[in-house]
Amino acid sequence: MTTETTSKKFNIDTVEHAEQTPEQPLPWAELGLKENEYQRVVEILGRRPTAAELAMYSVMWSEHCSYKSSKVHLRQFGDKVTEAMKEHLLVGIGENAGVVDIGDGWAVTFKVESHNHPSFVEPYQGAATGVGGIVRDIISMGARPVAVMDPLRFGAIDHPDTARLVHGIVSGIGGYGNSLGLPNIGGEVVFDSVYQGNPLVNALAVGVLRHEDIRLANASGVGNRVVLFGARTGGDGIGGASVLASESFDSSKPSKRPAVQVGDPFAEKVLIECCLELFKASVVEGIQDLGAAGISCATSELASNGDGGMHVELTDVLLRDPSLTPGEILMSESQERMMAVVTPENAAAFEAIMDKWNVEYSWLGEVTDTGRLIIEWDGEKIVDVDPRTVAHEGPVYERPYSRPEWLDGVQADSFKGDRPADGEQLKAAALELMSSPNMCSKDWITNQYDRYVQGNTALAMPDDAGVVRVDEETGLGVALSTDANGRYSYLNPYDGARLALAEAYRNVATSGAKPMAVTDCLNFGSPEDPEVMWQFAESVRGLADACQELGVPVTGGNVSLYNQTGGVAIHPTPVVGVLGVFDDVARRTPSGWREDGQAIYLLGTTQNELDGSEWANLRGHLGGQPPALDLDAEKTLAAILVNSSRDGMIDAAHDLSEGGLIAALSEAALRFGVGARIAIDELCERDGLDAFTVLFSESQARAVVAVPRSEEVRFNDMCTARNFPRIRIGVVDAESESLDVQGHFTLPLAELKEAHEATLPKHFA
Amino acid sequence: MPRIVVDVMPKPEILDPQGKAIAGALPRLGFTGFAEVRQGKRFELTVEGDVTEEILDQARNAAATLLSNPVIEDVTRVEVIEDAQ
Repeated sequence: MTTETTSKKFNIDTVEHAEQTPEQPLPWAELGLKENEYQRVVEILGRRPTAAELAMYSVMWSEHCSYKSSKVHLRQFGDKVTEAMKEHLLVGIGENAGVVDIGDGWAVTFKVESHNHPSFVEPYQGAATGVGGIVRDIISMGARPVAVMDPLRFGAIDHPDTARLVHGIVSGIGGYGNSLGLPNIGGEVVFDSVYQGNPLVNALAVGVLRHEDIRLANASGVGNRVVLFGARTGGDGIGGASVLASESFDSSKPSKRPAVQVGDPFAEKVLIECCLELFKASVVEGIQDLGAAGISCATSELASNGDGGMHVELTDVLLRDPSLTPGEILMSESQERMMAVVTPENAAAFEAIMDKWNVEYSWLGEVTDTGRLIIEWDGEKIVDVDPRTVAHEGPVYERPYSRPEWLDGVQADSFKGDRPADGEQLKAAALELMSSPNMCSKDWITNQYDRYVQGNTALAMPDDAGVVRVDEETGLGVALSTDANGRYSYLNPYDGARLALAEAYRNVATSGAKPMAVTDCLNFGSPEDPEVMWQFAESVRGLADACQELGVPVTGGNVSLYNQTGGVAIHPTPVVGVLGVFDDVARRTPSGWREDGQAIYLLGTTQNELDGSEWANLRGHLGGQPPALDLDAEKTLAAILVNSSRDGMIDAAHDLSEGGLIAALSEAALRFGVGARIAIDELCERDGLDAFTVLFSESQARAVVAVPRSEEVRFNDMCTARNFPRIRIGVVDAESESLDVQGHFTLPLAELKEAHEATLPKHFA
Repeated sequence: MPRIVVDVMPKPEILDPQGKAIAGALPRLGFTGFAEVRQGKRFELTVEGDVTEEILDQARNAAATLLSNPVIEDVTRVEVIEDAQ
């Protein structure tokens, strides 16, 4: 009989067998569990786990899935949310992705996640499946994905391994995202040697839905059926979550089994359409995407979020590789799979939709009220657990943390490097800055992504934020920006996280949208290092505080720890994504100048803040304190930018961040190839600074705007009414074809453009 | 001139989307006798002169490091073939 042969083939470790053989050794350490964690599993079960149970606990209790080191800190995101901040929040933290009300019955859901470790091992597939995974999170909320973004961080631009990663990761993102037909509307690209062995590949997706279409993933309704659909389950990515994302790379150990997955964007595209039809026809009670920890995660999360029990027959899973053991099936991270809960009455309708889209499915079991997740293999019980102990009640660590002793020394070491003084030197410095790896044009990368597919993209890279239209009738839309500055966070993790939020918030406002909500991807080194843990704790505290001050809630996100090779951790890199809303994307504000004769204003004031700046970075210096942050000023600036956009008072706006004023002016000029005459002497006098500091300092809460002559009075009145400092620093000059900083230097746009655009092709093309 | 043939296949446990797409197309075009398709790739390295053991070693090395992606692919053959002409 086949039953016997199958069982014999794997020597199935049943619950009964586990009870009879308490002493049988199990490979818990190899699966990444610590001894105390394994003991806890034994305690919960009152016996040793079966091989399948061990597989489930080990992946679900991994750092990646359980947030065991970060949980105690992440609570602040919920604790520091006020009622007012919840006003537009339809779904908060804890679900697959947060959902925000944007008006007119529309809602958006968005989230950023990391796929750092798989992308280092296999850049193309790692980055591609990162896009696929975050898109499935969006689908499972009942939304149609409409755009993606990718904040990326690589090692030194001239390191031999960087080209391998850049090529693989960029083509992976483009290959998957373009095939899905989703515009890639922005992100970041940063080069820094701290990311050499640990590149950061974060992926953000945003989806839109009607309020009534929100779906939460839970398995409620006793007797409802559980179905797995999409791609077949194979041996790819087994233990990816526990093995790759939860331990530091250690080159002295032999490599573990390659835990990467291969993605199929065309299968995912079919899944998107198929899931949306399932939702529309109301034939599913809930859908859960399968990501890290595969079936282990989907069954235990669905069951514990619903009526508490589920009964599954694992031999019904459709396999690509029939030799997989039950434990491997439970852990497999094969892509493009979803799990749904369907009432028996809707089963036929469900099957009809599957057949229409030619998607394979298999009924695995049903929802129960027993409070147990029972998984059988050919009728023999191989898993019998309380699903909450797998999904939600994993270990929680109060990891020790301590402020690094070296930090005082670093913070005391302010930038004292060279400060170009005369015009020639300033011009050379501007060209050097704008051609540097972090400030150069990212066109070579973003041109590989489809930015305008679907026809709803109103702004994309290199503008401050990506903007997509949601409602084609009214023009209602959203803006998104992601930001982080690892150097700022290294110097001061509390302020670094606040600065990241401030910049993303400012970018969204600069495009003209009202900032509404936040998602975050917290990339750090090993939590077992108390200094890294301190950086993490400070970053979370800073971000939660700043969210409260700005009134924008965190709706969800992801933590990526162990971004560390040997003893060297990356800079703390809390990537913050801010979502803003437009009532009409037609009034978006582009970043570049267009109209001759418009007045150019600088909003905000400048201090001598070069510590942690791009200029200091180019001089090989990292010390001092990051720029000071005034969130009230950020709020006022944002209100000015949003109102100016709404009332048609400005035609262009660009925020000041990395690279300071000279970077903002250069980018505003290069955007449409329209130059300007700039006079900074009055500004230098007002702020008491020399030309170099005014141009290169990275003081916050600043933006440059272009104001039509007819609007100057109104614009000035508004700034006066809000008591916000602004100064007229020049005029758009369409004839000059240069950026003329009068009395200092003239930069022909052709020369600036060439320097700006040559860097990436030189290294990678 | 002799050629060294290198065959590379996706690892058995790894998804092969191209093979899957072909497997889906076969029955639609009336080829019904096939259960599965895996698509690999074949390289031909032409050698000037004789294929020495050293050159063959080089080919094996290139196959393992350049022609295949060892994370997701296996080299299934490195073999010399002589031209028929």
